[in-house]
Amino acid sequence: MLIHLKNVSYTYNLNMPFETEALKSIDLMINRGEFIGIIGHTGCGKTTLLQLLNGLLEPTEGQVLIDGINIHRNKQKLREIRKNIGLSFQYPENQFFEETVSKEIAFGPKNIGLTGEELEQRIKISLKMVGLDYNAYKDRSPFYLSGGEMRRVALASILAVDPEILVLDEPTASLDPQSCNKLLSVITDLYRKYKKTIIIVSHNMEIIAELTKRIVVMEKGEIVMDDTPKNIFQYSIQRLESIGLSLPPITHAMNELRKIGKPISSAILTVEEARDEILKLVEKK
Amino acid sequence: MIRFENVTHFYSNNQEHKVASLSKINLDIKKGDFIAVIGANGSGKSTLARHINGLLLPTEGDVFVENLNTKELDKIWDIRKKIGMVFQNPDNQLVATTIEDDVAFGLENIGIREEEMKQRVDWALKIVGLSGLRNSEPHLLSGGQKQRVIIAGALAMRTSYLILDEPTSMLDPKGRKEILKIIKKLNKEQNITVVYITQFMSEAAQFKNIIVLDKGKVVLAGSPKEIFSQADFLLSLSLEIPQITRLARELAKNGLNVPSNIINEEEMIKYLCSYI
Repeated sequence: MLIHLKNVSYTYNLNMPFETEALKSIDLMINRGEFIGIIGHTGCGKTTLLQLLNGLLEPTEGQVLIDGINIHRNKQKLREIRKNIGLSFQYPENQFFEETVSKEIAFGPKNIGLTGEELEQRIKISLKMVGLDYNAYKDRSPFYLSGGEMRRVALASILAVDPEILVLDEPTASLDPQSCNKLLSVITDLYRKYKKTIIIVSHNMEIIAELTKRIVVMEKGEIVMDDTPKNIFQYSIQRLESIGLSLPPITHAMNELRKIGKPISSAILTVEEARDEILKLVEKK
Repeated sequence: MIRFENVTHFYSNNQEHKVASLSKINLDIKKGDFIAVIGANGSGKSTLARHINGLLLPTEGDVFVENLNTKELDKIWDIRKKIGMVFQNPDNQLVATTIEDDVAFGLENIGIREEEMKQRVDWALKIVGLSGLRNSEPHLLSGGQKQRVIIAGALAMRTSYLILDEPTSMLDPKGRKEILKIIKKLNKEQNITVVYITQFMSEAAQFKNIIVLDKGKVVLAGSPKEIFSQADFLLSLSLEIPQITRLARELAKNGLNVPSNIINEEEMIKYLCSYI
């Protein structure tokens, strides 16, 4: 076990006129090496949940346990977890402040004591991981990059401190499809090759369906589903739609076929799965 | 009508580093057009959008909005009255403490009388379906509702063109649907010309025409069916085709007689029903 949110509630402006309960009695366990997608519509408490995960917020009720230890009772554990969890908010490029890409990326690793050649190597590797050429980008101003390039530099700056867990809030928003795919394959590599734990929040159901191994669905501050993508997109479609979420177009189309009596066997999450399923059915016929 | 005549635009952060983000663009956007603009990051989409209302001026060439040149400084407010802009992040565009004040903001600026202002705000809020929330505070709204407030603000100005630069990229699926529904309605019922920048191919597929930008040039223009039948070319531009079209291509490759330019679900289901 890695992270355990035990019966956690969080209320903004507690005991004030504008008191808002953002999370209600959440119980969530996240294990090492998981790839989790968190979905839910705007205002359902996703961002609050992310901020609790790495101790940026302290729960109003309940405990955040890391390996069984309450992080808010143990300063050292709290420091450790912040270093170990790379948290990327939406539009991370808004936090840029350095004059060159390489200085921007160096900020994190410098803070944990890297210098000289080792620091330079970290910058090189991080840029490579996000698909940007070190020599072409290192001296450019991060403020004069295109939107997609900025996003990738921001991700590189998180990768540069080599966190064990990556928490990514809408990482691909407004990236073009190919940069998006590139970034997703980087994220997949981090999960498969480097055994990192990935927690991704996104409104993009195609991404969630294709990548993650477990989906947590939130509504009004509560976890209402927690299951594999297959199960969620097969058995809980109506529930998803009733809370304003949608299916990936391909999943939706195959589900429509099933509705009119075609023997589509299970939830189809990718184009490749749909192709194989249809070819199989054509052959049978 | 909006006309780009040989428009080139250079960004420069210093003397040596000049980047042409638009390069000899010639483009006519006609009244009532319903156009999606797609292109890789850095292809010039946002730069193009910002030229339409004179937020950016061409380094070379001219942009005309109904025969007004955006370079004529004394005409710029006439131009901006005609053109409503909607950007990615609605929080950057909301200015007032209530929704109706926000919608009225532009009208106050141009000195519209109170009686007319009320009428226009009522009308605009009704069209975007937010009449019931007129006294709410903007920060209490969902992302989709916020974008609708901004669209209402543009409508109240009697704008004839709506330029939307990835307006749904921060929205949840429900918000995305809301925005597309509203702009389709505006185009159809109010004859408002829509130019819609997006990274979602599934959204672009719902427009009448698509313009594809690459390295500051228009490299392809046509109906969604025409555009998405050129999958290999799009891939070479860092773009993609919608999931449904990808499935059609995969099936065609495997010997099924499915046209490879299917772009919507109903059509796909119709074809599949004849097979399985």
